[in-house]
Amino acid sequence: MAATQVNPTRMELTRLKKKLQTAVRGHKLLKDKRDELMRQFLDLVRVNMELRLKVEQGIKDANKNFVIAKAGMSEQILHTALMAPKQEVYLECDKKNVMSVEIPVFEYKTRTANANDIYSYGFAFTSNDLDDAVKSLDDILPDMLKLSETEKACQLMAAEIEKTRRRVNALEHVVIPQTQQNIKYIKMKLDENERSTQIRLMKVKDMMLEEVRQKALAELEN
Amino acid sequence: MYKIAVLGDYDSIYGFATVGLDTFPVSDSESAAKQLHNLAENDYSVIYITEKLADCIQEDIRKYSTRVFPAIIQIPGVSGNTGAGVENVKKTVEQAVGSDILFGGN
Repeated sequence: MAATQVNPTRMELTRLKKKLQTAVRGHKLLKDKRDELMRQFLDLVRVNMELRLKVEQGIKDANKNFVIAKAGMSEQILHTALMAPKQEVYLECDKKNVMSVEIPVFEYKTRTANANDIYSYGFAFTSNDLDDAVKSLDDILPDMLKLSETEKACQLMAAEIEKTRRRVNALEHVVIPQTQQNIKYIKMKLDENERSTQIRLMKVKDMMLEEVRQKALAELEN
Repeated sequence: MYKIAVLGDYDSIYGFATVGLDTFPVSDSESAAKQLHNLAENDYSVIYITEKLADCIQEDIRKYSTRVFPAIIQIPGVSGNTGAGVENVKKTVEQAVGSDILFGGN
């Protein structure tokens, strides 16, 4: 028998049948959602890994360049050179809905269109290594933004997939079997009740017939 | 209009200022956590943070994991890299699939 107490009534039976229908339908929908999310996630996470490796390598190279640049000139000059950056990056943020998961979409804009505005210093006192270093960092920037977009999307989707998977499993292994069992229990109980009523009626009929027969016999004897 | 922030030790991040990102040099985890919350509440939708620093303030970063903005992304610094960035990607796969079926071999 089911672990929970159920009333073996027709009303409860109808209610449970409806619940089972909803659960089965929900299960199917959630399973579809999970499969589609998983498909998209796997595509996205591959891109994510590729971008990450690329960006990490790029930043490492840029850092190396900066160290070399730092070695070639005094720290004061370097600090003054980088003190007042000319370029600024703005983001347009939007959200995209993928299978009910909101993922970010970034579009970046630079304050000035001039690509040379990343060099915020006069070239007279700085080494050309610094120019290379700044350039290498600027080259990696679009990939860094793409990375932040995909990585955040992957994290959000992974969380949603986990949640959906739990729901699918709960429906599949707990809610649906339990409801089915309850329905079966109610049906058997109702059938049992019906049979016992029938037997009782038959018994009563027999008793009444017997009574009539006794009466008739008594009248005959008189 | 949103902006991009870079959080980490000065040597790792000073270069980013030239390309137009806002840099916030911090040295200890306490001020890093404070700065992170400060940035997240303001107009920063992408925050890059060095792996070394992210390691110290994992709890604070996790608070923002369910929000769409800001996206907190780990980047390698000059020193003290933990490989946490790649590790995190693997972790998301593990969370979604149950086990790392894509990058397990590497």
